[in-house]
Amino acid sequence: MSSRRSPVLASVAGMALVLPLAACGGDDGEQRTITVLAAASLTETFTTLAADFEAAHEGVRVRLAFDSSATLAEQAVGGAPADVLATADTTTMDSAADALAADPRVFATNTMVLVVPADNPADIRSFDDLGPGVDYVVCVDTAPCGKVAAALLSSADPGAEPASLEVDVKAVLAKVTSGEADAGLVYASDAVAAGDAVTTVEVPGADAQVTTYPIAPLDQSQDAELARQFVDLVLDEEGQQVLRDAGFGAP
Amino acid sequence: MADHAVSGLDARVYVEGRLDAALTAQAGQVVAVIGPNGAGKTTLLRALAGLVQMSGSVRVAGESWTEPPRLVRDRGLGYVFQDQSLFPHLTALDNVAFGPRARGVRRRDAEATARAWLDRLGVGDLSSRRPGELSGGQAQRVAIARALATRPALLLLDEPFAGLDVGVATALRLELARHLADYPGVALLVTHDAIDALTLADRVVVLDRGRVAQEGTPQDVAARPRTDHVARLVGLNVLREGEVLRSFSPRAVTVSLHRPEGSARHQWHGVVLSAAPHGDAVRLLVSGEHELLADVTPAAAGELGLAPGRQVWLSVKETAVQAYAAD
Amino acid sequence: MTTARTLGRPPLVLLVPAALAAALLVLPLVSLVLDTPWATFLDRLGSREVGEALRLTAVASGATVVACVLLGTPLAWLLARVDFRGRAVLRAAVTVPLVLPPVVAGVALVTALGRTGVLGPLLREGGVSLPYTTPAVVIAHTFVSMPFYVLSVEGAMRSAGERYDVVAATLGASRWTTFRRVTLPLAMPGVLAGAVLAWARSLGEFGATITFAGNYPGTTQTMPSLIYTTLQADPEVARTLSMILLLASVAILAALRNRWLTTP
Repeated sequence: MSSRRSPVLASVAGMALVLPLAACGGDDGEQRTITVLAAASLTETFTTLAADFEAAHEGVRVRLAFDSSATLAEQAVGGAPADVLATADTTTMDSAADALAADPRVFATNTMVLVVPADNPADIRSFDDLGPGVDYVVCVDTAPCGKVAAALLSSADPGAEPASLEVDVKAVLAKVTSGEADAGLVYASDAVAAGDAVTTVEVPGADAQVTTYPIAPLDQSQDAELARQFVDLVLDEEGQQVLRDAGFGAP
Repeated sequence: MADHAVSGLDARVYVEGRLDAALTAQAGQVVAVIGPNGAGKTTLLRALAGLVQMSGSVRVAGESWTEPPRLVRDRGLGYVFQDQSLFPHLTALDNVAFGPRARGVRRRDAEATARAWLDRLGVGDLSSRRPGELSGGQAQRVAIARALATRPALLLLDEPFAGLDVGVATALRLELARHLADYPGVALLVTHDAIDALTLADRVVVLDRGRVAQEGTPQDVAARPRTDHVARLVGLNVLREGEVLRSFSPRAVTVSLHRPEGSARHQWHGVVLSAAPHGDAVRLLVSGEHELLADVTPAAAGELGLAPGRQVWLSVKETAVQAYAAD
Repeated sequence: MTTARTLGRPPLVLLVPAALAAALLVLPLVSLVLDTPWATFLDRLGSREVGEALRLTAVASGATVVACVLLGTPLAWLLARVDFRGRAVLRAAVTVPLVLPPVVAGVALVTALGRTGVLGPLLREGGVSLPYTTPAVVIAHTFVSMPFYVLSVEGAMRSAGERYDVVAATLGASRWTTFRRVTLPLAMPGVLAGAVLAWARSLGEFGATITFAGNYPGTTQTMPSLIYTTLQADPEVARTLSMILLLASVAILAALRNRWLTTP
């Protein structure tokens, strides 16, 4: 929800990124800053990793911009001043190929699970319990999580349409945790983040629809060395532990 | 609505800080209410209509409007407002038909009533016009028709001729006199014009600072005014000497540049404040111990150089002065 | 034009900001027109999901205007004409949705009418579940549009003044008759302006809708919701959809202007 924007042109979104940077540029020669564009589902893990990175590199600040992968990829191609791009699927990363300084590398995977509210009002114990009379929500199929959800639903047809197609996976999770929906399809990492608020149910065939998270430094980076170091942090053992703890799968 | 058993008005109106007046009138009477600005004339009308908080009592046509308090809409009154206040979105016909329709008369009958009233006030041919397309005099006729069309037991007219051209006002005054003569209820006419009071009213009530200062027939009030305001309205000089009022016409005043010889008891020294044509004379306002009016011929005015600022002596013969009790 | 000449040139201190304001308003719309892939425009217009979203937008905004008129007019009258304790507080409360971010409005609606909301269990017992239904869309739209309508009508009633209501009372009219035959006709310009404002607000609404009512083609997905979700995947298609909504709104607004808004 936090990243919801009104439908504006991507260039305007790009300007919004440029303006604050222009405002603070050059006020301190010692300060080095890198900007990381990351998919919304990476909010918690990348915030942790950015803090670790800043702790390990004195005088370095990491700016984080979370949004949908498609929006971020478009911003990267549009020349937004940023150093690293991490998306929630390979398709959107490929669409930003022109802006990448190195080949993207997969740093995490995610699978879909079904989550139900802690009190489980519709009494759902397995994926097969979805059906008429159950209000379940999924991502809209224009979002990456929606593509996966659509594939899962077509292979394991629950016999009823979703009640709503949410704009992103956070919105799906919010509907479930608030009790407004009986169930929702989210990433395993989201289920972990929600903690006790939800109960997780396995989705048949989820293993066949694994989402991969690629990361790459960007061409327009002003500090290629720092950008490369951040990518390394995500890929090395320290970064992987943070991601594992958050429910992500290994690459 | 059936005819009211009309039997007059009996009111004692007290409005905190503004008005404390008792008023009675017989059915069919027209009462002119005069007095200076702020004397409480409009407040009196609004209190009788139920539009301002008042204490006291109001009885109209044998029914109490205050015990228990009656809603404005149930009072059976006609109110002609100073600015007419015709509904701007309705035609003249719909304006006049509004009252009967609001009281449950069927549309067709209400419109027939309205048409008859517009005809009686000489504006029948304007029935399909909106207020914005009417002249001031026409709009006032429609407003009077609207007030009369509900056959009110009490008719309240607030300065009905204010803002009209002199000729228009004169014609309307004559017609209103005719309609008021036919009108069976009590009519209260607020005015600042002595002619209205003299030509339209059976009785005159003079309000001054929220109280009734004088009450009587128009002739009586005009001849023996008790307030400066009324004296000015009817064009008389009034002097108060203890319990006695003395009045005399400006025409009876002699103006001279030097102290008059002889034993004239009434003589004053003063400065001319203004000089203006008045009929075929020149009317002077002279300020000294009192403010007095004096009429002189234009020839005399020129001869004596009676322009503002001129020092003059005024005198009046005892025989021209009328004395009466101030009670 | 002669007065403009005799009064001198427009000063730069006014001209420059005016030009900037005009540019800010016009430039994005011109860019949208230029950027629209017109070649595929008609195909998109004919697609099923666009058709459904357009139909739902029309239904929802129409129903919203009706709801605003039926419920908002009496509320505006109450605020303009009846002196009661708490009137100032109520007026302030009515204007709050004006400044509320739409998503917050949606959250508030969920809290009140959602399945687990304050009234949710009550509604459920009555066999009513609002979320994920078209009525929920209308409720969300009405919530965000009503303040525009009420303020417009209340303003018109206030500026028309109580004086004609008083005249009607002296003529024997009840308050209902007075409202019907005097107050409302005199406030009609405000009613029409308010209805257009409410309709326009409803047309663009999606934040509260998507939060409270959800987003599903045919039942809850309006044009703005469709545009927003499409923008995530395919900005080009989103531009086309935006253009469709823009053309539809401008066409209806122009029609309304000619029908009603130009006559006093």
